Formats: sequence, structure tokens, C-alpha cells
Amino acid sequence: MSDIKYILGSFGDPDEMMHGIEKLQENNISIYDVYTPMPIHGIEAKLGIKRSRIDIAAFCFGITGTCAAFALIYFCAVIDWRVNIGGKPSFALPDFIPIMFELTVLFCAFGMVLTYYASTHLFPGRAPRVMDLRATDDRFVIAIDANDNAAHTEIDGLLKDAGALEVKYNERKYISYE
Amino acid sequence: MSGHNESILREPLITGDNITYAKITDDILMPVENKPNKAWWIGFIVASLGALLWVVAVSYTFWTGIGAWGLNKTVGWAWDITGFVWWVGIGHAGTLISAVLLLFRQNWRNSINRSAEAMTIFAVICAATYVVSHMGRPWLAYWVLPLPNQFGSLWVNFNSPLVWDMFAISTYFSVSLLFWYTGLLPDIATIRDRATGMRRKIYSIFSFGWSGSVKTWQRFEAVSLILAGISTPLVLSVHTIVSMDFATSVIPGWHTTIFPPYFVAGAIFSGFAMVLTLLLVARKVLGLENYITMFHIESMNKIIILTGSIVGVAYLTEFFIAWYSGSEYEQYAFINRSTGPYWWSYWMMMTCNVISPQLLWFKKIRLSIKATWILSIVVNVGMWFERFVIIVTSLHRDYIPSSWAMFYPTWVDISVFVGSIGLFFTLFLLFLRVLPSIAIAEVKLLLKSASEQAKMKQIKEGHENKEYVAEYIESLEKFDSVKQEDYAKI
Repeated sequence: MSDIKYILGSFGDPDEMMHGIEKLQENNISIYDVYTPMPIHGIEAKLGIKRSRIDIAAFCFGITGTCAAFALIYFCAVIDWRVNIGGKPSFALPDFIPIMFELTVLFCAFGMVLTYYASTHLFPGRAPRVMDLRATDDRFVIAIDANDNAAHTEIDGLLKDAGALEVKYNERKYISYE
Repeated sequence: MSGHNESILREPLITGDNITYAKITDDILMPVENKPNKAWWIGFIVASLGALLWVVAVSYTFWTGIGAWGLNKTVGWAWDITGFVWWVGIGHAGTLISAVLLLFRQNWRNSINRSAEAMTIFAVICAATYVVSHMGRPWLAYWVLPLPNQFGSLWVNFNSPLVWDMFAISTYFSVSLLFWYTGLLPDIATIRDRATGMRRKIYSIFSFGWSGSVKTWQRFEAVSLILAGISTPLVLSVHTIVSMDFATSVIPGWHTTIFPPYFVAGAIFSGFAMVLTLLLVARKVLGLENYITMFHIESMNKIIILTGSIVGVAYLTEFFIAWYSGSEYEQYAFINRSTGPYWWSYWMMMTCNVISPQLLWFKKIRLSIKATWILSIVVNVGMWFERFVIIVTSLHRDYIPSSWAMFYPTWVDISVFVGSIGLFFTLFLLFLRVLPSIAIAEVKLLLKSASEQAKMKQIKEGHENKEYVAEYIESLEKFDSVKQEDYAKI
């Protein structure tokens, strides 16, 4: 028994999986993580995951873009090399707006997505940390840390009661991809 | 839960019997995991011959200079910018479907957004090649970037819409690519986990280590929503800026304030037409009729009626304002457009863009795949003529009759254009083979909430408790104005 690292309850239906989470929580069994092939709405409230603050990051990156664009154009067109275009003023703010807008979007998009990749540890070539290969296909998997929760047979029973199609004991943390 | 808030009377977004999560994956990955069929090969060979023609024509242009095109002293822009604006316009539907419809919670976008976004990427690539080859000396293309240079600190002209264009198109392309690729990660992971050997290794690299854990999904949805929020004004800004290439000039026929909204509507119009052209074939060849249903086709047709009518009103407004302005040059430009030497292109545009989409008011036509497909091509042709009319007819006659000239395309002009279509289809066909053409994870979301079959089954089999069923019926009455009797009928 001590070799078991994770207990996986594999469900065929998201509602049954939610039911499984409730049952485990009622019995004070801590859940390590849940793997699903699609986003399940409402699950974060159930698992106590905090609201994502990625929107704040996005806003900061966006503002950086606006300022960067303004600074660049102001430096080039007003300070460094004024071009006399029909005697019009060099500091033509309305003309600066399109590029300021584009760079706001550019900085915001790239900054936010790279923050997302960094915070969720996604990057090209990273070895996938998958516990069950079908979790990206048609199974909704609840993973329970076996060392933190001693009563394995009880967990097994709870998951099956909630409608789990299969309960697995994983001896390794992740499926080997080698 | 997973959002049981759709009316049972609404058409299901996934049709077919016994649809399960596993079946969705199998159906969508069928073209990716199996060898291509004959139809794909024929399409691919034809398209790559087109792409080859493009390589030849563009190389010839680079080798000899843009004198190889039929440009002359008055018509300095012609097929090149026509092609550029046409392709950028086509690119717009992808972002519209993935961003605007996401913001408006239009679930029907889920089955079509992936291919539409791919279409955007490829269309913008085609558009960008036009801009680069139009420069004449493409090896100096980096001059459009604000870089310090060897001539001293001479910068680009930030007041010029052409510079705005460079910023807009490159931002649009890179943000669309980012949006598309981030959305692809879960689906690439699905392919990875089903594949073996070399394929698994390759998809593993491109899946960025996606595992589908709760936090990843939660952040993923937040990121998608914000990307949609910033892509919506982005897509409007791009075509607005493209229209300003013309509108900020003082050429009669171009100097008009209606261009930005009119170009944006035209872009959506042509983009949806191209999505239909591609998807009506793809759904048949790849067997995706259960996911891209008649409801999807009808919805897109409705958007085509709307945007086509906006474009029609814009044409009439342009004409009215030309007359109402009292400016004789402006008036002449429009009379020349409709009755001058290029009258046929003007009336081609009017027929294809204003008259023919109105046929879609008839439900029979809207629901006929053949008619829709033909009309989608007609719209694409019409939109090409629109760009041609705006550009060539406004330029070929200016203020002084001594500088009037006619534009005739050379074989290079024609080959670059035909070739770019080949390039586009080559890229699209390759996409269908290596990546899922429908967003698997997003379609799975629809199974529970929108599939009538799944919902009814759930209630019938008593999986839902009575309280929930009562609450559900009540919500139908409250939000969807469905009566108890209607419910009982089903």
C-alpha cells in the first residue's frame, strides 16, 4: 500500500464528478487536483481555488504598451527629428492614437499569455504531467494524494458510490512519456 | 454546474445519435489520425500548384521589380492593394467569430471558431506578402520599422496611415496567432495522449505539457475572455486603419468619412462568406455534419444578410454624398465609376454584394447548402470587385485629363492573385491534416448544456432531482418565454 502515490477516480460525466468532489469533501478527504478534458464551470468555487488575477497583469501590460508607444512616438517625432509636414505641429496627439492603441493590445496580449504560461508551467517541449491518458479525452479524473489520506478503501468506496467508472492506484506521480 | 441554461426548444448545436465525449474526440480527430482521402489529395495538389505559381510570380516581381505589374503613371496601386485589402478583410471573420461571439456568449461559435481562426492566420499571411512585394525593394522592408538607421536618426512618419497599417497588421497577426495557438493547447494534448511513437513526441513538444488540471482551465478561460475583449476593438481598428490608407487622402472617391465602418462591415461580410466557402466543403469531406449543423450555416447566412445590407447602404450613401457635396470632382468620380470604362466592375460589385445576398432572406435558400455555397463565392467575388472599384476607378482618372490612363493587369498581376489563393488553400489543407479543425474541448462543453438529446435523457432517466427539474422549467418560462404546455409536448 505504501507504494501508492495517488488514487484516481475516473468519471464519465462532469456532474457525477462534481458529486464525487462533494462526497470526498463531506468526508474530509483532501483533493490533490482534478483533470478534465474541458473547462468545468463552478468547480473552482467547490475546490476553493481563488479568482485568477491574470486580468490585473493584463491591465498592467496594456498600460505599459500605451506608455511605450507614446514615449517612442514622442521621442522620434517631437524630440529627436521633427519633420515639418505642411507646417503642422509635431506633437499631433490624435495621430499618435492608432499606434498607441495597437501597442496596448500587443503588450497586453503577449504579456498576459506569457504570464499565463509561466504561472501554469506551460512551455514548448515540457514533459506532460498526465496522470491518466484519458483525462484529455472523455474522462473526468479526481486525484487524491494517497499519503495524506490513509483510508484507501473508504476513498475507493466513496468514489464508486458517486459514480466513478474506475478507481486506479498510481504508483508513480505521472505517466511516463519516455 | 456546467451551465444548464439553454432552452430545450432551441436547436441543439450538436446533432446525431449517441453523441458522447469519446465520440466527439473520435469524430473530430478522424482526419488528423488517419491517412488523407482522395478528395484531400486532389485539393492539395491543385492548391499547391497554385502556390507554386505564386512563388514564380512573386520571385519574378522581386527579380525584375514592380514594373512587371500593369501599373502606370496614374494607377500606382491596383491589383496588389486590391488583393491586400481583400485578404485582410477575409481574415476578419476569424477574430469576429472567436472574439465578438465569445463576448456575446454565442455558443454556436464553438464548432466553427478553430477553422475560422486558422483562416484568419492564412489570409493575413497572404495579405502581408502583398504589402511586402508591393514595396518594390522587399529586402528593405525593415525600413517601415522605427529603427535608428545609418542616415542619422531619421524615423518613420508616425502621422502616416501606412505606418499605422504596419503596426495594425503585425499586431493583428501576432495576437491572432497567440489566441489561436493558446486555444489549441488542450486539443494538441488530446492528440498527444492518443498517439504513439514519433507522433506522440512531436505533439508533446507542441502541447506545452498541458495536463488539463483545474487551475490551468480556470486561467485558460480568463485568458480567452480577456483576449476576446482586446481582440474585438483590435479587429475593428485594423480595418479602420486600412480604410484610412485611402480616406486620409484627397483623391475623389477615397476622401470619405464613411470608409471605416463601411470597410469593417465589408470585411465581416467577405470573411463570413469565406468561412462558409471553406466549411461547407470541409464538413462534407471530413464528415463533420453533426458539429457544423444547418443551424450554424443559417446563423452565418444571417450575418451575411446583415453585413451585406450595411455594405449596400454604404454604396448608396457614398453616391448620395458625392452628389450632395456639390464637389464636381467627387461627382465625376462616381459617375465615372458607374458609367465610365470600368462600369462592368462597378455593376459586378453591385450585383454580387448588394443584390445577391438579399436572396438569403428566403429561408429555403438560407437552408440550402448548394445555394449558400454558390452565394458565398459570389460574395467573395463581389468583395474583390469592391476593392478593385475603389482603387482603380478612383485612380485612373484624376484632376487633369492629360494624366488619365487605363489599367490592364499583366500575367504577373494575375498569377500573384491566383497564386495567393493557391497558397491560402495549401495552408488550410495542411492545417486540416495536422490539427483538429473544430475546437474539441469547446464542443464538449456544448454536449451537456446544448444537446437536447443529452438533457432530455437526463431528465427522463431521473438523473436530475425534482427540485432541479422544477427550477429548470421555471427558468425556461422566466428567461426564454417557454410555456409549460410547450415543455409537456417535448
